[in-house]
Amino acid sequence: MTDFTDALGAAAALVFGLDASLTEIVMLSLRVSLSAVAIAALIGLPTGALLALYRFRGRFFLVVSMNALMGLPPVVVGLIVYLLLSRAGPFGVFGLLFTPAAMIIAQVLLVTPIIAALTRQVIEDLWIEYEEQMRSLGAGPSRAMPALLWDGRFTLITAILAGFGRASAEVGAVMIVGGNIDHVTRVMTTSIALEVSKGNLALALGLGIILLVLSAGINGAAYIIQHRTKRWHA
Amino acid sequence: MNEPSPAPSILPLELDGVCFEAGGTRLIKDISWRFEADRRTVVIGPNGAGKSLFLRLCHGLIKPSRGSVRWHGVEAAAPDESPANAGAWAARHQAMVFQRPVMLRRSVTANVDYALKLHHIPRAKRAETIERVLHETGLKRLAHLPARVLSIGEQQKLALARAWALKPQVLFLDEPTASLDPSATHGVEEIIEAIHNQGTRIIMTTHDLGQARRMADEVLFINRGRILESAPAKQFFEAPQNDLAQAFVRGELLWWNKGQDNRKHQPGDPTEGKPE
Ligand SMILES: Nc1ncnc2c1ncn2[C@@H]1O[C@H](COP(=O)(O)OP(=O)(O)OP(=O)(O)O)[C@@H](O)[C@H]1O
Ligand SMILES: [Mg+2]
Repeated sequence: MTDFTDALGAAAALVFGLDASLTEIVMLSLRVSLSAVAIAALIGLPTGALLALYRFRGRFFLVVSMNALMGLPPVVVGLIVYLLLSRAGPFGVFGLLFTPAAMIIAQVLLVTPIIAALTRQVIEDLWIEYEEQMRSLGAGPSRAMPALLWDGRFTLITAILAGFGRASAEVGAVMIVGGNIDHVTRVMTTSIALEVSKGNLALALGLGIILLVLSAGINGAAYIIQHRTKRWHA
Repeated sequence: MNEPSPAPSILPLELDGVCFEAGGTRLIKDISWRFEADRRTVVIGPNGAGKSLFLRLCHGLIKPSRGSVRWHGVEAAAPDESPANAGAWAARHQAMVFQRPVMLRRSVTANVDYALKLHHIPRAKRAETIERVLHETGLKRLAHLPARVLSIGEQQKLALARAWALKPQVLFLDEPTASLDPSATHGVEEIIEAIHNQGTRIIMTTHDLGQARRMADEVLFINRGRILESAPAKQFFEAPQNDLAQAFVRGELLWWNKGQDNRKHQPGDPTEGKPE
């Protein structure tokens, strides 16, 4: 028990003292996950909207593979990206393995399906409701799409936050493709795993607390958005 | 098109042998009709008669399975078809208010603004139009509210304001006062009247016979996908020729119209259909 309280005290000191190595790790985590989510949103929002609004060949295949990817465990995604980026792999020439870029790629693969699937659902429901009115005003699916994305904005933001939640909490993918290299690819989740195995509970706990606060913040933001915007959606 | 200088008229609207089928059922059967300019047409008929389908066919939202729809002699196009299409010019001069108001998840003002934007009205000119139609429909004090918190009556007025802002030559209204109270109904009728007085051709459906009497210049009575009677309003209400129309005007239940070919057969309804 004293171990735990000691560790907690040390963790608090690290967090509030803005410990340099801790800050570095947190910043890299945020950089990786935020970039991944931004890219995933850029891909996932239009993909979801296209799947919602158009019937085309290959749509079924896309939907199924999207859903399959959504359920993939991060380690498997990590493994796939590892194989693709390793020296012998098809993208080996770029030398991306064990860099933050590789971690971003892996997380994009993790998050895009979530955003795309939720977007498809949201846009499909909106289009069912809006279609006749939009078409009457002269807007077919392609002209209506920006408006549909805008009118689904509150739900879509929640989808993006969910994606960020998944990205920042996963350890399997970044561990495999990043390698948890100190000062290079060490992020919060991988260093928690490492520090625990080394018995350095203070740093692990400090990082754990930050992750906790981050995830509470995300959930809080999602809740507030849903709550404050109910009347727009009514 | 939003200039006061009138664009060339898209009327008359001609339907020629128009049929519409869905799911193997003929829902609109061989309708031919010519809508002339400068009057208000009210389409009446029982539930499921095909009134809404008829308006959609006229507006171009659905394509006839057979027959043709022409505006000023030009084959009609869907309103969302590319402007390159010959029929598209007519579509841009029409608007429709639906049976259930469709409100975007934005403010009252933004709802009108979006419609104007889709009609390529430059931003500078939109504000003035929005101001005017919201004023005329009595919605100005609600301008900044999310449209979806408005009451159904207010939403219906907003749908009218949005359509009005487009200054259409032809306005289709599908039961614009269904589920409104008498005072809201009166308000909506006044708005439609005002739109008509500014030169918009009104084509509407209603279940409210009093409203049909008040608003119609010409009445189309539709039953089971056919026009059974068409006449100037006065004549129609004073001496309807068709026996079904007579029963309808007298407010008798048209339960016996649910015939053999009616898919929405109610349990307990007599199955023998009235021969057509
Ligand atoms: N896409 C469709 N597929 C199959 N049946 C349809 C379709 N659209 C409409 N119908 C049927 O066509 C008939 C006419 O529908 P419509 O909505 O035009 O009736 P209406 O006269 O407007 O009735 P109401 O007064 O209740 O609004 C109904 O029986 C309806 O069930
Ligand atoms: Mg109807």
